[in-house]
Amino acid sequence: MRFATVRDLETRSERMAAADAHVRRRVLVCSGTGCAAGGALDLYEKLVAQCRKVKLEVEVELAPCGEAKEPLYAAVTGCQGLCQMGPLVQILPDDILYTHVTPDKAKDVVAKTLVGGEVIEKLLYKDPESGKRISKRDEIPFYKGQRFIALEGCGRVQATSLDAYIARGGFSSLIKALGMKPEAVISEVEKSGLRGRGGGGFPTGRKWRSCVEAEGEERFVICNGDEGDPGAFMDCCIMEGDPFRVLEGMMIAAHAVGAKRGFIYVRHEYPRAVERLQKAIADCRETGLLGERILGSGLSFDVRLSRGGGAFVCGESTALMRSIEGNVGEPRAKYVRSVQKGLYDKPTVLNNVETFACVPAVIREGGEWLAKIGTKRSPGTKAFCLVGKVRNTGLIEVPMGTTLRSVIYGIGGGIIDGRPFKAVQTGGPSGGCLPESALDLPVDFDALIGAGSMMGSGGMIIMDDRTCMVDVAKYFLHFLLEESCGKCVPCREGIFQLHAMLEAMSTGRSQAGDLEKVRRLAEDIAASSLCGLGKSAPNPVLSTLRYFEAEYRAHIENHKCPAGVCRELTTFQIDKDKCTGCMVCVKACPPEAITGEKKKPHAIDEAKCTRCGACRTVCGYDAVQTR
Amino acid sequence: MGLVPKTDIGKVDAIVDRYGADASSLLAILQDLQDEARYLPREALDRVVERLGVPLARIYAMATFFQSFHLKPRGEHIFTVCVGTACHVRGAKRLVEQLERDLKIPSGATTADLKFTLEEVNCVGACALGPLVIINGEYNGSMTSGRLTKIAERLAKGEVKE
Ligand SMILES: Cc1cc2nc3c(=O)[nH]c(=O)nc-3n(C[C@H](O)[C@H](O)[C@H](O)COP(=O)(O)O)c2cc1C
Ligand code: SF4
Ligand code: SF4
Ligand code: FES
Ligand code: FES
Repeated sequence: MRFATVRDLETRSERMAAADAHVRRRVLVCSGTGCAAGGALDLYEKLVAQCRKVKLEVEVELAPCGEAKEPLYAAVTGCQGLCQMGPLVQILPDDILYTHVTPDKAKDVVAKTLVGGEVIEKLLYKDPESGKRISKRDEIPFYKGQRFIALEGCGRVQATSLDAYIARGGFSSLIKALGMKPEAVISEVEKSGLRGRGGGGFPTGRKWRSCVEAEGEERFVICNGDEGDPGAFMDCCIMEGDPFRVLEGMMIAAHAVGAKRGFIYVRHEYPRAVERLQKAIADCRETGLLGERILGSGLSFDVRLSRGGGAFVCGESTALMRSIEGNVGEPRAKYVRSVQKGLYDKPTVLNNVETFACVPAVIREGGEWLAKIGTKRSPGTKAFCLVGKVRNTGLIEVPMGTTLRSVIYGIGGGIIDGRPFKAVQTGGPSGGCLPESALDLPVDFDALIGAGSMMGSGGMIIMDDRTCMVDVAKYFLHFLLEESCGKCVPCREGIFQLHAMLEAMSTGRSQAGDLEKVRRLAEDIAASSLCGLGKSAPNPVLSTLRYFEAEYRAHIENHKCPAGVCRELTTFQIDKDKCTGCMVCVKACPPEAITGEKKKPHAIDEAKCTRCGACRTVCGYDAVQTR
Repeated sequence: MGLVPKTDIGKVDAIVDRYGADASSLLAILQDLQDEARYLPREALDRVVERLGVPLARIYAMATFFQSFHLKPRGEHIFTVCVGTACHVRGAKRLVEQLERDLKIPSGATTADLKFTLEEVNCVGACALGPLVIINGEYNGSMTSGRLTKIAERLAKGEVKE
């Protein structure tokens, strides 16, 4: 199959759309990283095998078939969102969402639901307040208030199939764009107000225009799939769950700026994203969607995938380009802009995965459509990974302007075990921690920066009262210390010193006046580092200092860690009045430091205790206290 | 696989040829080499030097810059603890410390008998399930120190399949 013309692709799309409409019932198994870790791929195979065993005919690819046949279609999708309760399985059109579907449940699902037409109550989502079971995905609080643009297809279509993608209108935006002058495509993106989703929020249309205006024969389009923020997986989900959409976005960009070659730089730790993108690229080449004169138009474009090597700084645009060129990824000073002199010193457009995933919708619906969603200065939606101490962890996408509170309490369902909220971290190692008082801030590039954090690429980590802010700041410094490329002194030596100072605080070796030193050094590093890594490295420290200074003081002045995290400053004890003698902590304690008889208060032997905190986590009566 | 597999020069050549012996594909070549042997054996690197005509220093620069490369042999069982932020706030550090005690090696090291390696990684994209430990390639979510200790004990006794 090769699409020589637009008409060829449209014909195939129509056939596949008809096949899709013909499906009697579809079973969508989530194969995102979270669900896959829970055995989703095994589950999928078992489901298919079980269907065949009971002589229930099942298609594993969307295929045009005779009118009379209305197949059952079983496919794997990208992340469906509520990873916390994975593996997830959706059954349509019945509109059933099953949670915690471990591979051993395959038989039941086939026998009861697919054959018997009955809903298995205990696999349904259970509302924690009312205890009521909810069957429809969109009625689950987690999915309310979300709006999907970048994640439009993720979790809904077979992730690995070009036919499934085009059946739902895939590549129609490319067709539309090819019918427009490049200039018109750029105007449309400008009109939409789309801002880069990789963290900085630079206007995408303006970036494309500068690239076109730059001098040079050859131009490149690069997709940044390095996703270095440790604790974020949106881009991973998009690349795994909807790889063709990313390619379509890149092709539209290539048409707009006149690029012939493109690159996707994918993080080494995402093997499945690499595999699926590679297959998508191969499928596009084979069908002529990549290559010479795509769909008979003037656009010739090919994409190559590069695997990153596991270095955070390579997510920075100039370092990433150096790395694609085959060098060690060190950033370059920004006095030459990479839209003008980027990869191999040629004009280059570099955008984030999520940015590219938004582009097809912008072209399809028009720039004004996106501009009306979200806030005035941050139009559209933003995908986040909602993780940490929140009840419902997973992948979400919300209109800009949604408040942090409605994300954490509405979608996220509040804090685990009903503990008090302490902080929300956004922006990864370049971002900051915001306290309770900031919860009514909207998700918006400028609002978050104003509060001392930043939007970042979409990690959103929720922390409760058992998270120590000094420890969190130290954590990020340690991360950056290892990740600094070492090219410039303020970053390399400054982060080292800052980390040492926080280490001293968390081990009770700091002195009065240290806070001032930390502040001053942090400001110096921000002012004098070369690239974004160094410039933003002090943010986690400065933002926690801004909102949680008292906690720093407790470490310095009283040698205490109020959250009970810094081990040198913490001792564990069991509150005799609260302990019910349930023995749960005894089993959880690796060095066997807890003694006590059933139904009698337990005690911790301080000499044996390694302060691992396991007992505090498992105790259901809040009896383990820290001092 | 044996303890320290002997480097098969033919395989190294095949990988180099896969990229047309092009030095700008050095990163990809090293990645494929490592996928083959789980680390980058010196003999393999010497062969790459010969084939590509790049200095060994450049290879070392790359292999030490990127965290995903290993220059020493790794153990038969590999514990990789995710220390990304989401896993960190759910206690990943405690898990590293537990394994350090159980395996009696510091994080990043391999036991002398080449039985165990303990490593850390910054996020593997399953943050929703944190804290996460990858044991011989398999992702294990919501990990606790108690469960880890038991798994390490079982692996040490050779009770668990590869
Ligand atoms: C240290 C550092 C790490 C970065 N990591 C990433 C990353 O992992 N993914 C990403 O898309 N952008 C990252 N960026 C931002 C990129 O440099 C660049 O601005 C972005 O990819 C542009 O795409 P956008 O305009 O679509 O957001 C990083 C920047 C810095 C300074
Ligand atoms: S700021 Fe840090 S990471 Fe960036 S170039 Fe300087 S040393 Fe390297
Ligand atoms: S903190 Fe850890 S070592 Fe100490 S008593 Fe609790 S479970 Fe045991
Ligand atoms: S991985 Fe399945 S819901 Fe996210
Ligand atoms: S932080 Fe551990 S998987 Fe992302």
